[in-house]
Amino acid sequence: MRNPLSDKITEVKPSGIRKFFDIVSEMKDAISLGVGEPDFDTPWHIRDEGIYALEKGRTFYTSNAGLKELREEISKYIAERQKVVYDPLKEIMVTVGGSEAIDMALRCMLNPGDEVIIPEPCYVSYVPCTKMADGVPVIINLKNENRFRLTAEELLEAITDKTKVLILAFPNNPTGAIMEKEDLEKIAKVVIEKDLYVISDEIYSELTFTGKHVSIASLPGMRERTIMINGFSKAYAMTGWRLGYACGPELIIKQMIKLHQFAIMCAPTTSQYAAVEALRNGEDDVNMMREAYNQRRRYLLHAFEEMGLPCFEPGGAFYVFPCIKEFGMTSEEFALRFLQEEKVAVVPGTAFGDCGEGFLRISYAYSLEDLKVAIERLARFVENLRRQQEK
Amino acid sequence: MREKILGIIEKNSKMDLKELAVILGESEIDVANEIAAMEADGTICGYHTLIDWEKTSIEKVSALIEVRVTPQRGQGFDSIAERIYKYPEVNSVYLMSGGYDLLVTLEGKTLKEVSSFVTNKLSTLETVLSTTTHFILKKYKDHGTIMAKKFEDTRLIMTP
Repeated sequence: MRNPLSDKITEVKPSGIRKFFDIVSEMKDAISLGVGEPDFDTPWHIRDEGIYALEKGRTFYTSNAGLKELREEISKYIAERQKVVYDPLKEIMVTVGGSEAIDMALRCMLNPGDEVIIPEPCYVSYVPCTKMADGVPVIINLKNENRFRLTAEELLEAITDKTKVLILAFPNNPTGAIMEKEDLEKIAKVVIEKDLYVISDEIYSELTFTGKHVSIASLPGMRERTIMINGFSKAYAMTGWRLGYACGPELIIKQMIKLHQFAIMCAPTTSQYAAVEALRNGEDDVNMMREAYNQRRRYLLHAFEEMGLPCFEPGGAFYVFPCIKEFGMTSEEFALRFLQEEKVAVVPGTAFGDCGEGFLRISYAYSLEDLKVAIERLARFVENLRRQQEK
Repeated sequence: MREKILGIIEKNSKMDLKELAVILGESEIDVANEIAAMEADGTICGYHTLIDWEKTSIEKVSALIEVRVTPQRGQGFDSIAERIYKYPEVNSVYLMSGGYDLLVTLEGKTLKEVSSFVTNKLSTLETVLSTTTHFILKKYKDHGTIMAKKFEDTRLIMTP
């Protein structure tokens, strides 16, 4: 029998998180700090709107690009928050989560052999999606001493004649790093000079704790070079609704909608109605959740300081990325021993790129009470390791 | 800072000062001073514990009583409200808009105890025109806390 699989898909490595997931799932009483989604339920008024849409029998396809009223709300929201104006009819499309938008953008923008610059550590889908779109991933290893921000020098070094796209994902999963306006301005200058495009994954934009999130699309000359991706999962605690969106120049969005039409048809209708409610009346919920995350962030940073674990101050998302290099173990070894000895699951930094070696991703999408228990165990574990090292 | 402190301790008055200071990003002394000031000026009136009495062997009966009264010249509802809230068995007294004037909540050990309060004490007050007593059968949610069921984390244990 012939091999049913394509070479392309067999060459793509499975997600680094998978292996750990299997081990953790075996352990019955483990507590986890490994979740990449909010611990809050979707606010009730948003769920209620979804239920209402179902009751009303709004169970049909929407237009391929998404409900018009939703695109109008998105347009208003982006104009207000990011000071970038997108035409709801031609420059905005609603997708099945931000993940679909990333995939669609790459597939619509790359020719075989085009290089895509991906700063790591980063979310797990950029490299495989680039490969499936026949692009060539070029990795930049971001540095702890730069607080995991991308610098213009690093970017310049990675650019070749074949570079077409830069993927920017800030606030960042897994590091929690953000890029401020001045940082982005330097990047934008290089992008324009070298005639590149940016796919900007801003899914954590609402969870920015130090100042306000700035989109690279809002900088002069960048709107026409940027696909801005965002969604409802993190800001409104709506991960399971699978709803995101992409905004960008008509030239690109038009092709993305074409592909989306063939591959997906449209994003879930129930979710789209709920999302309209989220954008119209969800601001207080977002503020409440942001404040809760920020309190936990402060709590964790303080706890790390007390146990002498180096960790740069992350400005966004709901992750901290402490450094464990002093223990002379790989991230995976550390995470595995921590799991076995203290029954707490964290994600090794290497799940998000090789340069995550020596770091852990700790999620604070948990209640303060849960975090306290886990941190107590981490402190005990770290202390034991240090005692063993002294001997 | 006041609003933030109140936002937290309204839900969890047990949180210690040090932790409160850490999660608010403020110094412990500032937080302590702010709380002391709020206690002094009556912004913070007390610290309570939310108890689900059904989980205990202690019998309790709670009632809501709608009271219609005749307001008194020069004092409005204040003096009659005072007459009522001075009874220790009364939990709360609110002045209401709408079909009645005062809403009184009450906790007693037995039905008899509550009804005797209403018949002997409350309705005999001169200014009270009428009362309607409602007994609470079950508390689903109280003070923003759902009593019926515990939060269960159904998320996948590890996701990217």
